[in-house]
Amino acid sequence: MTDLTQLGVKDIRDGVRAGDFTAREVAESFNAAVAAAASLNAFIVTTPDHALAAADKVDAARAAGEPLGAMAGVPIGMKDLFATHGVQTTAASHILEGFTPRYESTVSQKLWDAGAGMLGKLNLDQFAMGSSNETSYFGNVTSPWKKAGSNAAMSPGGSSGGSSSAVAARIAPAATGTDTGGSIRQPAAFTGICGIKPTYGRCSRWGIVAFASSLDQAGPMARSVEDCAIMLGAMAGFDPKDSTSLQMDVPDWEAALNSDLRGKKVGIPREYRMEGTDQAILDSWEQGKAWLKDAGAEIVDVSLPHTKYALPAYYIVAPAEASSNLARYDGVRYGLRDLPEGVGLQDMYAATRAAGFGDEVKRRILIGTYVLSAGFYDAYYTQAQKVRALVARDFERAFEQCDVILAPTTPTASFPLGSMNEDPLTMYLNDVFAVPASLAGLPAMSVPATINADGLPLGLQLVGRPFDEQGVLNAGLAIQQRAGFTAKPEKWW
Amino acid sequence: MSVDKATVAKIASLARIRMDDAALEQMVPELNGILQWVEQLGEVDVTGIEPMAAVIPNTLRLRADVIDADPLTGGGRQGDILANAPAAEHGFFGVPKVIE
Repeated sequence: MTDLTQLGVKDIRDGVRAGDFTAREVAESFNAAVAAAASLNAFIVTTPDHALAAADKVDAARAAGEPLGAMAGVPIGMKDLFATHGVQTTAASHILEGFTPRYESTVSQKLWDAGAGMLGKLNLDQFAMGSSNETSYFGNVTSPWKKAGSNAAMSPGGSSGGSSSAVAARIAPAATGTDTGGSIRQPAAFTGICGIKPTYGRCSRWGIVAFASSLDQAGPMARSVEDCAIMLGAMAGFDPKDSTSLQMDVPDWEAALNSDLRGKKVGIPREYRMEGTDQAILDSWEQGKAWLKDAGAEIVDVSLPHTKYALPAYYIVAPAEASSNLARYDGVRYGLRDLPEGVGLQDMYAATRAAGFGDEVKRRILIGTYVLSAGFYDAYYTQAQKVRALVARDFERAFEQCDVILAPTTPTASFPLGSMNEDPLTMYLNDVFAVPASLAGLPAMSVPATINADGLPLGLQLVGRPFDEQGVLNAGLAIQQRAGFTAKPEKWW
Repeated sequence: MSVDKATVAKIASLARIRMDDAALEQMVPELNGILQWVEQLGEVDVTGIEPMAAVIPNTLRLRADVIDADPLTGGGRQGDILANAPAAEHGFFGVPKVIE
């Protein structure tokens, strides 16, 4: 019998529908794989019973001849940023440790309604703040990949590092991620998997622990473009409970997948050729151009002149929104409370937040508080919002000349855990190629392209017009078909 | 612009995060590194550019004026709301005594 854990979303869904295996067999296989991979630290809690119960429902529905959902029989990992009813939801923080929601996030509910089950809650950077998965209160996540000739534990990227590690290690066929400034695409690139952040507003933010509300967007992480298209279809859709939710129909992205790019123009942004980018990344970018040309696309040069300012603008806008969003953690209504003997309310707030937030979260709250404070608001926050408008305008203009943009996802491959902690800025720079699309709210995807000389995966990024997830997925599919990326990490865990 | 220890202490107090001297000392250069780096935004000519607050033009919807239109976010959920409270007492959130 086939090892079911090697299968992705589409193969599991089709196999369960065809009766090649039962959803229960799939859930049992993945539950066992999850239990055997504790050394990756990808999960904060595992929920094997949830996966089995969902599988049994699917098997019963099939036996009764009822129609099966788009994710029927697929057990997935849920980033621990999504509120899940009755299952601890922490955002990888101490301040939310033990928090057990009495409600379900819209996105996770939609996935369960489509027939998916939950293997567990995936580790992440604390409050999704980080690019290496080293800021979690529950410990670092380790990538299943190793650098050739080294045994060093590698970063799975962040913030969706539990998601990327689990999917790459084949202990989950797919996982949810969230992307505020690259948190789906960068970890996908680091681990040789696919991940798409849809247009801002496609997926409801209701029930997702908020980081920066004008940027946060959920999306799927899986091992193929097809699997991402299927899962995104199950996650997206209008939700009256999210005031920024797009009131638009969700297209059938899977059905419309088409890698024939004849008549399409692919833009190559010249400003993405940055100092400090690995030669291997630049080479893979060239290779990507050749693949898309081979698929029939015309390659055109485009300019995104404010690219260099996107990252600093992001590091004002995102912390500003975070400082406001995270003000809710006060030790009163839920989560941790630190009440030293004999102190009043204000001191309880300060003690709770000191004990409950990690260093990176504190740093960002302080930056955010500072840039929003009287006297600095205009110089920092308003200026950053104006630069954000310019970054978005750059894309608008570029999309007058092309249909989709091709760029690297990251400036380097994955790095060993602990090797980038000297200065917070070095870590921030890892998202230099990912952040511009986030600021503009555009759909963007990373697909695996190749393996570098160290045996580590490299990803290519596609950015599309607003609402054109299809264009992004189609170009991603064209790359996937030509890259023939079949490398997988050797099992050591 | 750069911050000194007193400024960081002020920000930390605004943000309600208790920080001791050592933590403040460590935070000063870290925040200054970030602030110096974002200074480059000052180079950008933003004449006539409106600050962008939302990426997708969207107007706020009004929900139907119906009591408890959505039972999940409507009223009557006291038990659920208090379920995760560190100190729920007599149907309320309990806090230390506040005397002004």
